[in-house]
Amino acid sequence: MMEIGLNHFLVVSAIVFIAGMFCVLTRRNAIGILMGVELILNSANINYLAFSRYSSVSYDGQMFAIFVIMLAAAEAAIGLAIVLGIYQTFHTIDVEATDTLRL
Amino acid sequence: MTEFSMFPVVFYLLATITVVSAIGVALSANIFYSAIALMGTLVGAAGLYVMLAADFVAVVQIFVYVGGILVLTLFAINLTSRIGDVSVSNRAMGRFPAFLVLAIACGAMVRAVQTANWNLVDVPEPTSTIETLGNGFLTEYILPFELASLVLLSALVGAVVLSRKELKDEA
Repeated sequence: MMEIGLNHFLVVSAIVFIAGMFCVLTRRNAIGILMGVELILNSANINYLAFSRYSSVSYDGQMFAIFVIMLAAAEAAIGLAIVLGIYQTFHTIDVEATDTLRL
Repeated sequence: MTEFSMFPVVFYLLATITVVSAIGVALSANIFYSAIALMGTLVGAAGLYVMLAADFVAVVQIFVYVGGILVLTLFAINLTSRIGDVSVSNRAMGRFPAFLVLAIACGAMVRAVQTANWNLVDVPEPTSTIETLGNGFLTEYILPFELASLVLLSALVGAVVLSRKELKDEA
Protein backbone atom coordinates (compact mmCIF):
# COMPACT_ATOMS: atom_id res chain seq x y z
CA MET A 1 0.00 0.00 0.00
CA MET A 2 1.50 3.29 -1.02
CA GLU A 3 1.77 6.44 1.01
CA ILE A 4 -1.36 8.61 1.04
CA GLY A 5 -0.53 12.03 -0.35
CA LEU A 6 -1.99 15.12 -1.89
CA ASN A 7 -3.02 13.36 -5.09
CA HIS A 8 -5.31 10.92 -3.31
CA PHE A 9 -7.33 13.71 -1.76
CA LEU A 10 -7.45 15.60 -5.05
CA VAL A 11 -8.83 12.55 -6.86
CA VAL A 12 -11.55 12.09 -4.22
CA SER A 13 -12.40 15.76 -4.56
CA ALA A 14 -12.55 15.49 -8.35
CA ILE A 15 -14.98 12.57 -8.17
CA VAL A 16 -17.21 14.39 -5.68
CA PHE A 17 -17.13 17.45 -7.95
CA ILE A 18 -18.14 15.35 -10.96
CA ALA A 19 -21.01 13.80 -8.99
CA GLY A 20 -22.20 17.27 -7.97
CA MET A 21 -21.93 18.57 -11.52
CA PHE A 22 -23.88 15.55 -12.76
CA CYS A 23 -26.55 16.34 -10.17
CA VAL A 24 -26.78 19.98 -11.28
CA LEU A 25 -26.91 19.08 -14.98
CA THR A 26 -29.42 16.24 -14.92
CA ARG A 27 -31.77 16.88 -12.01
CA ARG A 28 -35.08 18.52 -12.77
CA ASN A 29 -35.96 18.88 -9.09
CA ALA A 30 -34.83 22.21 -7.66
CA ILE A 31 -33.82 20.66 -4.33
CA GLY A 32 -31.79 18.03 -6.20
CA ILE A 33 -29.91 20.83 -7.95
CA LEU A 34 -29.20 22.51 -4.62
CA MET A 35 -27.83 19.23 -3.27
CA GLY A 36 -25.50 19.09 -6.27
CA VAL A 37 -24.27 22.57 -5.39
CA GLU A 38 -23.54 21.37 -1.86
CA LEU A 39 -21.46 18.51 -3.29
CA ILE A 40 -19.48 20.93 -5.44
CA LEU A 41 -18.77 23.21 -2.48
CA ASN A 42 -17.65 20.20 -0.44
CA SER A 43 -15.21 19.12 -3.14
CA ALA A 44 -13.79 22.65 -3.18
CA ASN A 45 -13.35 22.44 0.58
CA ILE A 46 -11.50 19.13 0.35
CA ASN A 47 -9.16 20.79 -2.14
CA TYR A 48 -8.58 23.79 0.11
CA LEU A 49 -7.72 21.62 3.08
CA ALA A 50 -5.56 19.22 1.08
CA PHE A 51 -3.44 22.03 -0.32
CA SER A 52 -3.36 23.71 3.07
CA ARG A 53 -1.95 20.50 4.54
CA TYR A 54 0.43 19.32 1.86
CA SER A 55 1.45 22.41 -0.06
CA SER A 56 1.67 25.27 2.41
CA VAL A 57 2.72 25.97 5.96
CA SER A 58 -0.05 28.46 6.76
CA TYR A 59 -3.63 27.98 7.86
CA ASP A 60 -5.15 30.18 5.17
CA GLY A 61 -6.76 27.19 3.43
CA GLN A 62 -8.64 26.27 6.59
CA MET A 63 -9.82 29.88 6.94
CA PHE A 64 -11.16 29.80 3.39
CA ALA A 65 -12.86 26.47 4.04
CA ILE A 66 -14.72 27.92 7.01
CA PHE A 67 -15.85 30.91 4.94
CA VAL A 68 -17.01 28.54 2.20
CA ILE A 69 -19.07 26.58 4.75
CA MET A 70 -20.56 29.85 6.00
CA LEU A 71 -21.53 30.94 2.49
CA ALA A 72 -22.95 27.47 1.79
CA ALA A 73 -25.22 27.85 4.81
CA ALA A 74 -26.45 31.23 3.58
CA GLU A 75 -26.90 29.81 0.07
CA ALA A 76 -28.91 26.85 1.35
CA ALA A 77 -31.19 29.04 3.43
CA ILE A 78 -31.92 31.44 0.57
CA GLY A 79 -32.11 28.70 -2.05
CA LEU A 80 -34.59 26.61 -0.11
CA ALA A 81 -36.67 29.71 0.67
CA ILE A 82 -36.81 30.41 -3.07
CA VAL A 83 -37.79 26.78 -3.71
CA LEU A 84 -40.64 27.07 -1.21
CA GLY A 85 -41.72 30.29 -2.92
CA ILE A 86 -41.70 28.53 -6.29
CA TYR A 87 -43.77 25.72 -4.80
CA GLN A 88 -46.37 28.19 -3.52
CA THR A 89 -46.67 29.76 -6.96
CA PHE A 90 -46.41 26.79 -9.32
CA HIS A 91 -47.36 23.88 -6.98
CA THR A 92 -44.29 22.01 -8.27
CA ILE A 93 -40.55 22.42 -7.95
CA ASP A 94 -39.76 20.87 -11.31
CA VAL A 95 -37.51 23.42 -12.99
CA GLU A 96 -38.96 22.59 -16.43
CA ALA A 97 -42.36 23.83 -15.30
CA THR A 98 -41.17 27.22 -14.11
CA ASP A 99 -40.80 28.85 -17.52
CA THR A 100 -42.83 32.01 -17.03
CA LEU A 101 -39.91 34.26 -17.94
CA ARG A 102 -38.87 32.14 -20.91
CA LEU A 103 -39.48 33.46 -24.41
CA MET B 1 7.33 0.82 4.91
CA THR B 2 8.56 -0.73 8.12
CA GLU B 3 5.55 -0.49 10.37
CA PHE B 4 1.93 -0.99 9.48
CA SER B 5 0.04 2.30 9.42
CA MET B 6 -3.69 2.69 9.84
CA PHE B 7 -3.65 5.93 7.85
CA PRO B 8 -4.20 4.41 4.35
CA VAL B 9 -6.87 2.03 5.66
CA VAL B 10 -8.85 4.85 7.26
CA PHE B 11 -8.33 7.04 4.21
CA TYR B 12 -9.66 4.44 1.79
CA LEU B 13 -12.61 3.73 4.07
CA LEU B 14 -13.56 7.41 4.30
CA ALA B 15 -12.89 8.01 0.59
CA THR B 16 -15.14 5.08 -0.30
CA ILE B 17 -17.94 6.39 1.94
CA THR B 18 -17.62 9.88 0.45
CA VAL B 19 -17.44 8.83 -3.19
CA VAL B 20 -20.15 6.15 -3.06
CA SER B 21 -22.53 8.50 -1.23
CA ALA B 22 -21.79 11.30 -3.71
CA ILE B 23 -22.63 8.99 -6.59
CA GLY B 24 -25.75 7.97 -4.69
CA VAL B 25 -26.79 11.61 -4.44
CA ALA B 26 -26.35 11.99 -8.18
CA LEU B 27 -28.10 8.79 -9.26
CA SER B 28 -30.77 7.98 -6.67
CA ALA B 29 -34.30 7.83 -8.03
CA ASN B 30 -35.91 9.09 -4.83
CA ILE B 31 -34.92 12.52 -3.62
CA PHE B 32 -35.29 11.43 -0.01
CA TYR B 33 -32.60 8.78 -0.54
CA SER B 34 -30.49 11.45 -2.23
CA ALA B 35 -30.67 13.55 0.90
CA ILE B 36 -29.68 10.62 3.11
CA ALA B 37 -26.77 9.84 0.78
CA LEU B 38 -25.78 13.50 1.02
CA MET B 39 -25.38 12.94 4.75
CA GLY B 40 -22.92 10.12 4.00
CA THR B 41 -20.90 12.43 1.77
CA LEU B 42 -20.83 15.20 4.35
CA VAL B 43 -19.78 12.91 7.20
CA GLY B 44 -17.16 11.21 5.03
CA ALA B 45 -15.81 14.61 3.98
CA ALA B 46 -15.63 15.60 7.65
CA GLY B 47 -13.56 12.48 8.30
CA LEU B 48 -11.25 13.45 5.43
CA TYR B 49 -10.89 16.91 6.99
CA VAL B 50 -9.74 15.29 10.22
CA MET B 51 -7.18 13.28 8.22
CA LEU B 52 -5.97 16.59 6.77
CA ALA B 53 -5.35 17.90 10.30
CA ALA B 54 -8.30 20.31 10.11
CA ASP B 55 -10.14 19.32 13.27
CA PHE B 56 -12.02 22.59 13.72
CA VAL B 57 -13.22 22.64 10.12
CA ALA B 58 -14.43 19.06 10.50
CA VAL B 59 -16.51 19.97 13.55
CA VAL B 60 -17.89 23.04 11.78
CA GLN B 61 -18.76 20.82 8.81
CA ILE B 62 -20.73 18.43 11.03
CA PHE B 63 -22.51 21.28 12.83
CA VAL B 64 -23.37 23.44 9.86
CA TYR B 65 -23.88 20.87 7.09
CA VAL B 66 -25.30 17.83 8.85
CA GLY B 67 -26.98 19.74 11.66
CA GLY B 68 -28.20 22.69 9.64
CA ILE B 69 -28.22 22.45 5.86
CA LEU B 70 -29.20 18.79 5.66
CA VAL B 71 -32.09 19.19 8.11
CA LEU B 72 -33.23 22.25 6.17
CA THR B 73 -33.07 20.24 2.94
CA LEU B 74 -35.13 17.42 4.47
CA PHE B 75 -37.69 19.96 5.66
CA ALA B 76 -37.89 21.45 2.17
CA ILE B 77 -38.31 18.00 0.62
CA ASN B 78 -41.11 17.12 3.00
CA LEU B 79 -42.81 20.46 2.44
CA THR B 80 -42.71 20.37 -1.35
CA SER B 81 -42.87 16.89 -2.81
CA ARG B 82 -44.97 13.81 -2.54
CA ILE B 83 -42.03 11.66 -1.57
CA GLY B 84 -43.96 8.41 -1.97
CA ASP B 85 -44.27 9.20 -5.64
CA VAL B 86 -40.89 8.01 -6.85
CA SER B 87 -41.39 8.72 -10.51
CA VAL B 88 -41.93 12.45 -10.07
CA SER B 89 -39.90 13.05 -6.92
CA ASN B 90 -36.45 13.25 -8.47
CA ARG B 91 -36.74 13.37 -12.23
CA ALA B 92 -33.51 13.43 -14.21
CA MET B 93 -32.98 14.29 -17.87
CA GLY B 94 -30.14 14.12 -20.35
CA ARG B 95 -28.17 11.63 -18.33
CA PHE B 96 -26.17 10.14 -21.17
CA PRO B 97 -24.69 13.38 -22.63
CA ALA B 98 -24.01 14.66 -19.12
CA PHE B 99 -22.23 11.44 -18.26
CA LEU B 100 -20.17 11.61 -21.43
CA VAL B 101 -19.06 15.21 -20.89
CA LEU B 102 -18.32 14.70 -17.23
CA ALA B 103 -16.40 11.46 -17.77
CA ILE B 104 -14.09 13.36 -20.11
CA ALA B 105 -13.82 16.20 -17.58
CA CYS B 106 -13.09 13.72 -14.78
CA GLY B 107 -10.37 12.06 -16.83
CA ALA B 108 -8.81 15.44 -17.60
CA MET B 109 -8.86 16.44 -13.93
CA VAL B 110 -7.34 13.17 -12.70
CA ARG B 111 -4.68 13.44 -15.38
CA ALA B 112 -3.93 17.02 -14.39
CA VAL B 113 -3.63 15.95 -10.75
CA GLN B 114 -1.19 13.20 -11.63
CA THR B 115 1.01 15.18 -13.99
CA ALA B 116 1.18 18.53 -12.20
CA ASN B 117 4.23 19.44 -10.14
CA TRP B 118 2.67 20.59 -6.91
CA ASN B 119 4.75 22.62 -4.52
CA LEU B 120 4.99 20.07 -1.72
CA VAL B 121 6.27 20.85 1.75
CA ASP B 122 7.16 18.57 4.64
CA VAL B 123 3.96 17.68 6.41
CA PRO B 124 4.09 18.76 10.05
CA GLU B 125 2.66 16.69 12.85
CA PRO B 126 -1.07 17.37 13.22
CA THR B 127 -1.79 19.70 16.10
CA SER B 128 -4.90 21.45 17.32
CA THR B 129 -5.76 24.28 14.95
CA ILE B 130 -8.34 26.07 17.06
CA GLU B 131 -5.97 28.59 18.63
CA THR B 132 -4.38 29.51 15.31
CA LEU B 133 -7.75 29.86 13.58
CA GLY B 134 -9.20 31.95 16.43
CA ASN B 135 -6.24 34.30 16.34
CA GLY B 136 -6.53 34.52 12.57
CA PHE B 137 -10.23 35.37 12.70
CA LEU B 138 -9.64 38.27 15.08
CA THR B 139 -6.51 39.69 13.48
CA GLU B 140 -5.73 39.05 9.83
CA TYR B 141 -9.24 37.98 8.79
CA ILE B 142 -11.21 40.41 10.92
CA LEU B 143 -12.85 42.16 7.95
CA PRO B 144 -14.20 39.02 6.23
CA PHE B 145 -15.20 37.70 9.65
CA GLU B 146 -17.35 40.76 10.34
CA LEU B 147 -18.69 40.75 6.78
CA ALA B 148 -19.68 37.12 7.32
CA SER B 149 -21.97 38.14 10.15
CA LEU B 150 -23.54 40.74 7.86
CA VAL B 151 -24.02 38.15 5.11
CA LEU B 152 -25.61 35.70 7.52
CA LEU B 153 -27.94 38.38 8.89
CA SER B 154 -29.08 39.43 5.43
CA ALA B 155 -29.51 35.76 4.46
CA LEU B 156 -31.65 35.23 7.55
CA VAL B 157 -33.86 38.24 6.83
CA GLY B 158 -34.00 37.38 3.13
CA ALA B 159 -35.06 33.80 3.81
CA VAL B 160 -37.85 34.99 6.10
CA VAL B 161 -39.05 37.55 3.57
CA LEU B 162 -38.97 35.04 0.70
CA SER B 163 -40.74 32.17 2.42
CA ARG B 164 -43.47 33.90 4.40
CA LYS B 165 -47.02 34.01 3.15
CA GLU B 166 -47.98 37.12 1.25
CA LEU B 167 -49.94 39.47 3.45
CA LYS B 168 -53.17 40.67 1.95
CA ASP B 169 -53.76 44.41 1.88
CA GLU B 170 -56.59 45.07 4.28
CA ALA B 171 -56.89 48.77 3.56
